[in-house]
Amino acid sequence: MTNHTQAEIVRQSLKKRYRKEKRFRAYGILAIAIALSALVVLFTDIIGKGYTGFMKTSLNLEVELNQEMMFLDDATDPKQIRMADFVEPLVQALMKEIPGATEADRDEVRTLINPYASADLREALVNNPEWLGTTREMNLLAHTDVDVYAKHAGDSAYSIKLSEQQREWVDQLVEKGVVEVGFNDTFFKGGDSRDPSRAGILGAVVGSLLTMFITLILSFPIGVAAAIYLEEFAPQNKLTDFIEVNINNLAAVPSIIFGLLGLAVFIGLFGMPRSVPVVGGLVLTLMTLPTIIISSRAAIKSVPPSIREAASGIGASKMQVVLHHVLPLALPGMLTGSIIGMAQALGETAPLLLIGMVAFIVDVPNGFLDSATVLPVQVFLWAGSPELAFIERASAAIMVLLSFLISMNALAIWLRKRLERRW
Amino acid sequence: MQPANLLLITLAFAAIAYGFGYFRSRALAMPLGGIRHLKSLPFYYGARAALWCGIPALIVLGLWAAFQGHVIQTLVIGTLPENLLPSNEGEASLLLSKISNIASGALPRDFADPAIVKAADLLIRLREQSLMYMTALVVAVAVLAGFIAWVRIRPTLNARVQVEATLKWIFFSCAALAILTTVGIIFSVALETFRFFQKISFIDFIFGSHWSPQTALRADQVAAEGAFGMIPLFTGTLLISAIAMLVAVPVGLMSAVYLSEYANPRVRGIVKPLLEMLAGVPTVVYGFFAALTVAPFISDLAASLGIEASSQSALAAGAVMGIMIIPFVSSLSDDVINAVPQSLRDGSLALGATQSETMKKVIFPAALPGIMGGILLAVSRAIGETMIVVMAAGLAANLTANPLETVTTVTVQIVTLLTGDQEFDSAKTLAAFALGAMLFLSTLVLNILALHIVRKYREQYD
Repeated sequence: MTNHTQAEIVRQSLKKRYRKEKRFRAYGILAIAIALSALVVLFTDIIGKGYTGFMKTSLNLEVELNQEMMFLDDATDPKQIRMADFVEPLVQALMKEIPGATEADRDEVRTLINPYASADLREALVNNPEWLGTTREMNLLAHTDVDVYAKHAGDSAYSIKLSEQQREWVDQLVEKGVVEVGFNDTFFKGGDSRDPSRAGILGAVVGSLLTMFITLILSFPIGVAAAIYLEEFAPQNKLTDFIEVNINNLAAVPSIIFGLLGLAVFIGLFGMPRSVPVVGGLVLTLMTLPTIIISSRAAIKSVPPSIREAASGIGASKMQVVLHHVLPLALPGMLTGSIIGMAQALGETAPLLLIGMVAFIVDVPNGFLDSATVLPVQVFLWAGSPELAFIERASAAIMVLLSFLISMNALAIWLRKRLERRW
Repeated sequence: MQPANLLLITLAFAAIAYGFGYFRSRALAMPLGGIRHLKSLPFYYGARAALWCGIPALIVLGLWAAFQGHVIQTLVIGTLPENLLPSNEGEASLLLSKISNIASGALPRDFADPAIVKAADLLIRLREQSLMYMTALVVAVAVLAGFIAWVRIRPTLNARVQVEATLKWIFFSCAALAILTTVGIIFSVALETFRFFQKISFIDFIFGSHWSPQTALRADQVAAEGAFGMIPLFTGTLLISAIAMLVAVPVGLMSAVYLSEYANPRVRGIVKPLLEMLAGVPTVVYGFFAALTVAPFISDLAASLGIEASSQSALAAGAVMGIMIIPFVSSLSDDVINAVPQSLRDGSLALGATQSETMKKVIFPAALPGIMGGILLAVSRAIGETMIVVMAAGLAANLTANPLETVTTVTVQIVTLLTGDQEFDSAKTLAAFALGAMLFLSTLVLNILALHIVRKYREQYD
């Protein structure tokens, strides 16, 4: 009788238990959905904010390079060039394109042109002095406010900086083809600038490459050597244990602490200059070393002992066994780990802020001892700006950074698939 | 010659020494009847010569390059007349930068004090001399040591043993760099922290509930007396970390459970790398996302509900940080869950338990220590995370538990104190190092605890 009731109880509870099972499974799916949708939202947000960063707005103008208007007789004379007026021809050219614009509107018209456009005109004239006195088709940057307005046509949030009159003009000019939105080549050609239309990522990309070069040539050999020592040669003693504890801890130390180390030791103690790729590279080396050591050790561990025994058996010394046999077989795994470590270092920002790689730098760095900034820091700098045009450039820079990271990771996966041997 | 060029030249010397060593060993072996009469292969004689030539020269180069700046500075300051001598460290650095700017031509020399111009000339001269002496010394060491190694090559010399022993030492020093790094970290934060506590009392720092590091720049300036109580910073850090863990732990844990127990290999193969992509996104990108998308969204949402929320709320920074940590929690828990032996699962299922009951009552308790270890590691990561909070959390040190208000964190303050205008030796700058010390200590304790738990647990089933 009791048996019967127990079976009954179990049977009755089954429905509830299955429901619980289903619910548990649903929680799992929900968790994955949350994580993946966060990923999707993150990427669409960045792309949605930033694709306009790859576009620029320019003015196609017929510029009359009139000697009298520019106060310039001879374009080869540097003194005259310095004194000449390069704004007036641009304003006149734009006024011609706007029907109904009078002399009273000069200022309003002038603020549609980028403040650097006159400098571009001067440069063009210095390079081609014979242009003086002729009328030329020229393609010049529009003002950042025009840029923002033209790229987000119809969105009222992006038009606040232009007056109603100016907006009307820009609409007309777009229709006439004078204002044109095209691919933003300036973004890939120059360094940072106070004017968003002129700002580029080349300086930051070069700074990142220089920093990564230092990091790579230091951290890969040192990491591999340390891994070889710990896996193959280290005796079982307190010192080895202490080294291992240190490596494991360093892998989890917050990156900003490495920035403090760089500031106090490399800059403070050794007197190295601030803001330079060498110091950045050194700091990132110390930061990535634990990652590289840990993955290299795993790669060495995966080489089967039979290889070592065979090599020892035909008379190789311990060092020969390691360098001639174990290392070549473990190298693909080590490379994979190092590429992933380098990708981490490429995206790192915090320690570099502390060693001064956060300065406003216009020039593209030329060497390891030039002041430089790196791509993630450039993103940080632009993201902190209140100007919309900088925000979209920060987003565009993020896309460039992410494409670097994704290709590095893809390379690592490809290398692993292609070179790694299963034993 | 510049240190970088000198480095290349030293390497070239080492390569030449290799060649000399290689051919000398062969030449010595020829009359004896071939290289089998050598104790080692010719390669090792070459490598030995290269090591002899390169290592001492590189050590000299490294030491010289590391310390020449300080020696030159001391010498230059030493020649200044009595009335110009700097009285404290801040003045000294000001004076030095003035001298070096005049030396590099960035400042006009016509208007400067003649003594300073003289010092600048001395600086230029000393720099040139230092480079010259360094070049001469490094080249001399390389040539001399290489020559000695070359001369001492004998057929009876066991070059292989020597080369291998040296390599082993090199490998060891690479591994020992980890100790050096830790020592460097402790040295760099401890020294400045010690100086900080000479100015501010330890008790005020640990238990003070007010943080406003703006100190008066001049003695006569009317400004708030700087207050360095770190309680608001630590509560802010804990609030943001707690929000992050509230997001990351359930989501990370449940996705790990689903992926390891329910998902078929194909789904697992697609979802796992996608989750890991979240871990590969740089933190500055999360910061951008938190500051420009999530924070405005939260404050708009709160406004539409009639609640007041700051535009730099702790919630935005914490939630985004949680998303960042999801893959961290999930991959650690995945490892631990997979490490639970299959026999436990089979036993539970054989008794009639459903999969979720097996999970909750058998696997989860068995995996709990490991999961706890993983969560502790995740907490230490959240505490040390910098960019998200720098960009999305505020600077105001509020002592609050309301996630919709602005709070600031330890890392934010370190970055703000060290990236703005810095004074040497002021309590403000030193405070950043004291905060760094606290951050290092707390993450260290968490990490050691977590690693200990994880390791201890792993040993049970292996």
